[in-house]
Amino acid sequence: MSGGFPAAAREELRNAQLRRNLRKATTTIRAKRASVIAEVDNWEALRDAGAELKQRALADLDKHLEQLERSVTTAGGTVHWARDGTEANAIVVDLVRATGATEAIKVKSMATDEIALNDALAAAGITAHETDLAELIVQLGDDRQSHILVPAIHRNRAEIRELFRAHLPGTEDLTDEPAALAEAARRYLRQKFLTTPVGISGANFAVAETGTVGVVESEGNGRMCTTLPHTLITVMGIEKVLPRFDDVATMLALLPRSSTGERMNPYTSLWTGVTPGDGPREFHLVLLDAGRSATLADPVGRDALRCIRCSACLNVCPVYERVGGHAYDSTYPGPIGAILTPQLHELNEGTTLPWASSLCGACYEVCPVKIDIPQILVHLRGRVVRERGGPAGERLAMEALARVFAHRRRYEAAQRAARVASLPLSRDGRIERRLPGPMRGWLAVRDLPVPPRESFRDWWVRERG
Amino acid sequence: MSARDEILDRVRAALDQHPVAVDEAPQRAAADEAAPDVDLFCERAGDYRATVTPATGDDGVCAAIEAACVRHGVARLAVAEGLNAAWQPRDVTIEELGADAPLDLLDAVDGVLTTCACAIAQTGTVILDCGPGQGVRALTLVPDLHICVVPAAIIVNGVAAAVDRIGAGVRETGRPITLISGPSATSDIELDRVEGVHGPRRLEIIVAR
Repeated sequence: MSGGFPAAAREELRNAQLRRNLRKATTTIRAKRASVIAEVDNWEALRDAGAELKQRALADLDKHLEQLERSVTTAGGTVHWARDGTEANAIVVDLVRATGATEAIKVKSMATDEIALNDALAAAGITAHETDLAELIVQLGDDRQSHILVPAIHRNRAEIRELFRAHLPGTEDLTDEPAALAEAARRYLRQKFLTTPVGISGANFAVAETGTVGVVESEGNGRMCTTLPHTLITVMGIEKVLPRFDDVATMLALLPRSSTGERMNPYTSLWTGVTPGDGPREFHLVLLDAGRSATLADPVGRDALRCIRCSACLNVCPVYERVGGHAYDSTYPGPIGAILTPQLHELNEGTTLPWASSLCGACYEVCPVKIDIPQILVHLRGRVVRERGGPAGERLAMEALARVFAHRRRYEAAQRAARVASLPLSRDGRIERRLPGPMRGWLAVRDLPVPPRESFRDWWVRERG
Repeated sequence: MSARDEILDRVRAALDQHPVAVDEAPQRAAADEAAPDVDLFCERAGDYRATVTPATGDDGVCAAIEAACVRHGVARLAVAEGLNAAWQPRDVTIEELGADAPLDLLDAVDGVLTTCACAIAQTGTVILDCGPGQGVRALTLVPDLHICVVPAAIIVNGVAAAVDRIGAGVRETGRPITLISGPSATSDIELDRVEGVHGPRRLEIIVAR
């Protein structure tokens, strides 16, 4: 997107329906999360444990990945490595082709969204059926996800009914009750679950010690996709590895409460390679780099790799709540997207995203693995300016400000100058987007109060001086 | 250079240049050592819309299962191999299904009866590890009703204790594990919770004291 986040945000802000949906969704999830977290005696200790666990996983990432490969192989699975999305897609396409299948069932996965696997499969003549209700809604509408956890949150029930009536057979009389819509999805997908020979999933984590892979979900489509097909293919980012099986406990204590605001999500599936007589006969694990090792090289930015994709930071973000997920033009929206997307693309994409924040810090407070998102946002702003030369006006303005703030006389003179200069620009006590020159960009997204008639310093001199 | 070696090299280079700081003593979510709270389990499992029935002795369990079958109009009930025979309800057709049971048959029965390996009081979760009386994963997935007998003795308080409990089976034989908290659910449409999508839409839990 040429205009980046500011242009996209301006567009999305005109959509009042979107904003109503988002406010309802984020308010509801925030309240649910708060109530289940209040139940836990030592939530802060759990957050510390989560952060420490992910730090430990990253500190020896190479060793854990090698151990994971050995464990999965010993358990009857096959491990593949992909430097980038193109390579991962080619591996998955070849694996599906080898089964002779032209269809696959898919469970919601951020990693496969990131690499646009469905497009690659379609180009190879393979139809991937999304089975998560929200992903199905997005897929049928040829649409984009707008939230990590509830990807179709921008759609209301009437829109969903119309989509289903247009695409699902036998739904002419469908009502817009959520229960009826869920029932329609169940009937549509049932035969596909029972007959499709290939399943494709992501992974919430994989345990190096045992080779166990985990998928956390609610609807049962994850169980279906990872249990019923003959062949299971899982695509997982390399940062999702956990060192020990015991670490699963920390993940399961943190993730559902942070994500859906439940004590536990309805279903968690843990499988270890291939189990004779139970589940898929073939299991393939595709380990995806796609910018993760590059992110690891940044000693500040790499904390973003701790992310467990809970989406708690989206639900508390005042920017996300107003602009929604599409404005980020990224698989990962919201605060975590603003630090993850530019890094995974090695600052070749998403370079406006580190500015898509007021730095209020709410995201850091809710993060179950204590990623200091505001700190990384500021760090990435610096990197974008240094390495990509981005917003030059802001850099010049900040350099000028630094000179002004360094001396009292310059500062006082600037205050007086601002008061005089702002008079012709002000209306109703505010300066609105009419400044000429380099400040135009700054004010494009901010209203500025008019400087007061008298500054504190002038008042002090008059009264006490 | 292979993708594997290249990725591992990049990771090593990043870590060599700036090692990741980790606390000396690894922290863990401490397992709750207090006596398991069976009432809490019943309450929390109920919170997630499972129907919970306490029962005493094999006869009590059997009667509770029969009542559940009547409630849901069950005529054919699948039963996992190795399940306590004294629990089997009368007046329904029992299908004892092994690992090779065709999916069509699983789809045709009215429900499935199993026990579980462990249960978590604080979250109202039952855990299956495909041991005796639990069957393969498809058995508890395809039928629309799951009746699960939870002996009170296998209930633990927290998630950490449960992961301890199931860890041995995973390490030794790679047993598949399924954690179940209530019937399947979705909140994907305007965040309205709907019980029942693809997994069993009804979950009956019978707590055997």
